[in-house]
Amino acid sequence: MTPNDPILARFAIDRRQAAGVRVLVMTGYGLNCEAETAAAFARLGARVDARHVADVLEGGEDVLRPYDILAFIGGFSFGDHIASGRVFANRLRFRLGDRLARHIDSGGLAIGICNGFQTLVKLGALPALGRAVGEGLARPAASLVANERLGYRDAWVRLAFDADSPCVFTRGLGELVLDLPSRHGEGKLVFADDATRAAVEAAHLIPARYVDDDGEPTEAWPANPNGSVGGAAGLCDESGRVFGLMPHPEAY
Amino acid sequence: MPVHRLEIEARPGLSDALGAATVRRLRSHLDVEATVRTRRIYLLDLDIDEGEAATVLDNLVDPVAEIGALGMLRDAPAQGAEAPIFLTVGLRPGVTDSVGRSVHRAAADCLGRAVEGEVYTATLYRLEGIDRAAAERAAAELLHNPLIERLTVEEGTRALDLRVPRAGQPRAPEVETVALRGATDAELERISREGVLALTVAEMRAIQAHFAGLGRDPTDAELECLAQTWSEHCKHKIFASPIDYVDPDGEARHIGEGLFRAYIRGATEAVAEARRRDRLDAPGRDFLVSVFHDNAGVIRFTAADHLVYKVETHNSPSALDPYGGAMTGIVGVNRDTLGTGLGADNLTNVWGYCFGPPEFDEPLPAGLMHPRRIREGVHHGVIDGGNQSGIPYSRGFELFDRRYVGKPLVYCGTVGVMPVEAAGRPAEQKEIRVGDRIVMVGGRIGKDGIHGATFSSVELGEDSPAAAVQIGDPITQKMMADFLAEAREAGLYSGLTDNGAGGLSSSVGEMAQATGGAELDLAAAPLKYPGLAPWEILISEAQERMTLAVRPEQIDALLELAARREVEATVLGTFTDSGRLVVRHGALEVCDLELDFLHDGVPLPTLSARWSPPPRATAAAAELRTRLAEDRAGELLLDLLSRPNLASGEALARSYDHEVKGLSVIKPWVGVRQDVPATATVMRVRHGRPEGIVLGEGIHPYYSDLDTHAMATAAVDEGVRRVLCAGARFDRIAALDNFCWPDPILSPKTPDGEHKLAQLVRCCEGLRAACEAYGVPLISGKDSMKNDANLGGVKISIPPTLLVSVIGQMDDVRRALDLTPLAAGDRVALLGPTADELGESELARALGLVVDGVPRTDLAACAARYRAFAAIRDAGLVRSAHVVGRGGLAVALAQMTVAGGLGLEVDVAAAAGELASVSALFSESTGRIVLTCKAADAAAVEAGLGAHGLCWLGEVGPPLGWLHVRRGGETILGVGAEALRRRLQRQGERR
Repeated sequence: MTPNDPILARFAIDRRQAAGVRVLVMTGYGLNCEAETAAAFARLGARVDARHVADVLEGGEDVLRPYDILAFIGGFSFGDHIASGRVFANRLRFRLGDRLARHIDSGGLAIGICNGFQTLVKLGALPALGRAVGEGLARPAASLVANERLGYRDAWVRLAFDADSPCVFTRGLGELVLDLPSRHGEGKLVFADDATRAAVEAAHLIPARYVDDDGEPTEAWPANPNGSVGGAAGLCDESGRVFGLMPHPEAY
Repeated sequence: MPVHRLEIEARPGLSDALGAATVRRLRSHLDVEATVRTRRIYLLDLDIDEGEAATVLDNLVDPVAEIGALGMLRDAPAQGAEAPIFLTVGLRPGVTDSVGRSVHRAAADCLGRAVEGEVYTATLYRLEGIDRAAAERAAAELLHNPLIERLTVEEGTRALDLRVPRAGQPRAPEVETVALRGATDAELERISREGVLALTVAEMRAIQAHFAGLGRDPTDAELECLAQTWSEHCKHKIFASPIDYVDPDGEARHIGEGLFRAYIRGATEAVAEARRRDRLDAPGRDFLVSVFHDNAGVIRFTAADHLVYKVETHNSPSALDPYGGAMTGIVGVNRDTLGTGLGADNLTNVWGYCFGPPEFDEPLPAGLMHPRRIREGVHHGVIDGGNQSGIPYSRGFELFDRRYVGKPLVYCGTVGVMPVEAAGRPAEQKEIRVGDRIVMVGGRIGKDGIHGATFSSVELGEDSPAAAVQIGDPITQKMMADFLAEAREAGLYSGLTDNGAGGLSSSVGEMAQATGGAELDLAAAPLKYPGLAPWEILISEAQERMTLAVRPEQIDALLELAARREVEATVLGTFTDSGRLVVRHGALEVCDLELDFLHDGVPLPTLSARWSPPPRATAAAAELRTRLAEDRAGELLLDLLSRPNLASGEALARSYDHEVKGLSVIKPWVGVRQDVPATATVMRVRHGRPEGIVLGEGIHPYYSDLDTHAMATAAVDEGVRRVLCAGARFDRIAALDNFCWPDPILSPKTPDGEHKLAQLVRCCEGLRAACEAYGVPLISGKDSMKNDANLGGVKISIPPTLLVSVIGQMDDVRRALDLTPLAAGDRVALLGPTADELGESELARALGLVVDGVPRTDLAACAARYRAFAAIRDAGLVRSAHVVGRGGLAVALAQMTVAGGLGLEVDVAAAAGELASVSALFSESTGRIVLTCKAADAAAVEAGLGAHGLCWLGEVGPPLGWLHVRRGGETILGVGAEALRRRLQRQGERR
């Protein structure tokens, strides 16, 4: 990219500082956004490794240790058969769960986009309310289910951000309304019960919401492509270091 | 082992999206109101016990959003007086069940061990508010396709149903010989017909004579192998055979080398020669890298990457099983690019469909599905196939005509990007050597798709073989494609090709030509289920399979990588130089064919073509004057915009991913609300690089009723014009030809075969003329020559249809243009003259008017015009550009008005000249571009284009304005942008 990259300028990003950040992009099994996710992080100056999930699973106890950010990318892991992210999340739970919990506890970051968000939620990594350091992954308390209007839809959406959210990925975006491509069939965020939802809202764990032409959060199609309650487009954990969202910032 | 049944449904209180969608479909297709709840059923036919089955259930059910049960979930009591009806729709034995495969994988994951057996899936619909008869009708017309699915109907209460559609019975492999020696012509014809071999008597005689010379009869496998390889689908006999042709002037001519060599290859060779003569390419850097001998053509793009492009049709399977047939179409063409050279990576897809009218309301011949159901299924199949493969689409179109009721046309294409070098070798070349191992990778072999190649060479009839339909499994293919990319970069194979039509018999038969022979052992082939005869294994078109050639010293590394990526890979044999294709099943001899006979033994008879069009009764002048009166122009425009051929289709198209990979620049939908189809699309090929590809197409089947030569030039012209509008270099354009024809061979069933073949000759002549004039080579193509249905005594034949898909290149995508006018006060111009050419135009068809005047293309003038246009465009003088195509100038202006959200104030006096206003507005004359520029640049535009038929029309009006068309000051049309938008959107929203 050119030295006058407008995105770097807009957010005052120094690529030299970012050069210390190491990102792991996991690929394979029907995931498909590895190129643009890697390009997006590389554009900011980070050092990106794209590795097949199978090699990560076989990679030993310290396989995640070199990485500051784990990227769970978009795609159709195992075809999204049964339900989106379900088979993949199970495999990660059985074979990477403990290492993932340690990564989060030791201050690591994780971002899940689209299928990656679905996977993090189904793993229990989001919202992970009340999970204490040292525990395994939490039992899932939320899910992403079929859009109110059944079927996949590719259209751009507008997102507004919660300035009071602990989410580190949206920090400083408070006043911004961002247009992003959105494309999924199962993006409606639901919670196990009202108490969970209330706790999530109280802790500002919904960093991004779909908004209408007036900038207000909306549940109405097409500004909200899936019918998520309160226009929720993303979710983070209480540390703010684990974040998932349905729209695709990497494809902006 | 016992079968365990799992049932899963949405948690009470959460919506059941499939149920809600089913309610809407029942309403819109059948006008039926019902309450619908759905459930997913998994039948685990695995070596697990009840406790383990419960564990599997726990891991499949979403604890937040779903409930599930081992056995049956309790059925809620009926809501009304009537008992609920339960429809269970599952797959028939042997039909690809990719969800079942994923459940199997999940079971192994959660049990922590390998699990043997199969998982079968089904969907349970609980219908309330309708009676059993209505429910059965819903099944027959919407929810159940008996070719691939089984159905259980229960009323009131259900019983635990543990039946599973296990496929196949183990049996000893057997090879039969077919007694050809001494058979009469009638017997030969019967053997071909009953075996779905699609071989003519002359071809059967050639086989008979060949084996008589060997002193034996062929085996079943040998005969099948020859039938696949000699099929119209694989051998393109109509394009290869000599033709005696009588042209429209009655002049007779002999085309001895056949249509392909004379016109298709001939055009490309002429273009290549002209490029050399004009020194368009640097030495050693020819634009054409590899054409005519691989799965797809390869052209030069940048120093690092070549481009590969292929468009296929998948018509017959889509008629029988729209979802599975169309999905196979898209994932199948993806394998063509994967299998070109040492393999390309799929970059973007294109699709296009020709269907019967959605509102078709006449009785359908038995065996045909309603066009609306076909349309829905085809879209759904290509959506799932493309999206799940992680490949965006760039172009899509739909056209409608009653003659496509008999056979829909389903075009699917893929652009691939091929690194110039793979592991240090030129990636466009295979380097197969004697001794290389034959390795099959990807899916397993079943009876699916047996006779696909030969079946596509016969008309659709009531006894069309169900087995000819394959169902794709995109995820198996995606994992295989990722594996192949890794293996290619590591240099682990020396060649590959896909297993498409004809299966292993074709893929190995083709690759064997590189070394001059091959030996296969089918006993090693992985099967989906037992009981396949050796000939079935050899010709099965089961999907997601590639055949690789691997050096012996690399075989271990290749198999090890495949295992790590969970891709099945099996060594099946060795490439030899024996001159023979030798196939065994263990100790059993299955097939021993000379390659020369296999590939060159097919007799090519001389075909007969005679231009003899049926008479056309054209409308009287008085009728034309009334119906094309100037004061009706506004009304006519609104009518046209909501016709299915022109309506936006955006709502449906948004179900296709066009953003994945993050490389799109000009997207398929443009304008301030992104709801107008783009003139052409632009896409980067690599992140961080400025170079891009530009895609467009031309297709004008309706003109074939007047003249197929004009149809062909119009198609090339429109495709080229589209990519030029968006920014393509004029010297780096290539095209693909896809011919879909009704049977053009004279026979009792086809008494007008000679004219249909003459239409094909003229089409080829027009295609070559246009390609030569524009310097556009044909790099890939495909023909589908039997698009007829013969059902219940009714024959429906498609109109001859040529699709020309065009790929352009640009050096810097930041200079890409679309059709959206940018600012009020910009000037609007029409480039290129308009003639009175309304014959089979969208307007004439809308009004049911038979008129002459098919668009004729002055190719030399157009080529000069486009060069001039590209020059002022590259000088930065053009701000937006759009083609004038179907529907004429009025429709082009309407689309620009909607896209810009700005008005257009135009006067057509100068452009119309002597023409009636309606002709000026709706004529489909080719070679025209509408462009906008800054007022300050108008003089420079005039200087560049004045000699090429530039007419100033007016200017871009104020925001939220109108499309206002005058002629010499007199208003002839005035419509608001919102009214135009509503009309364009109408068709798309009906879903």
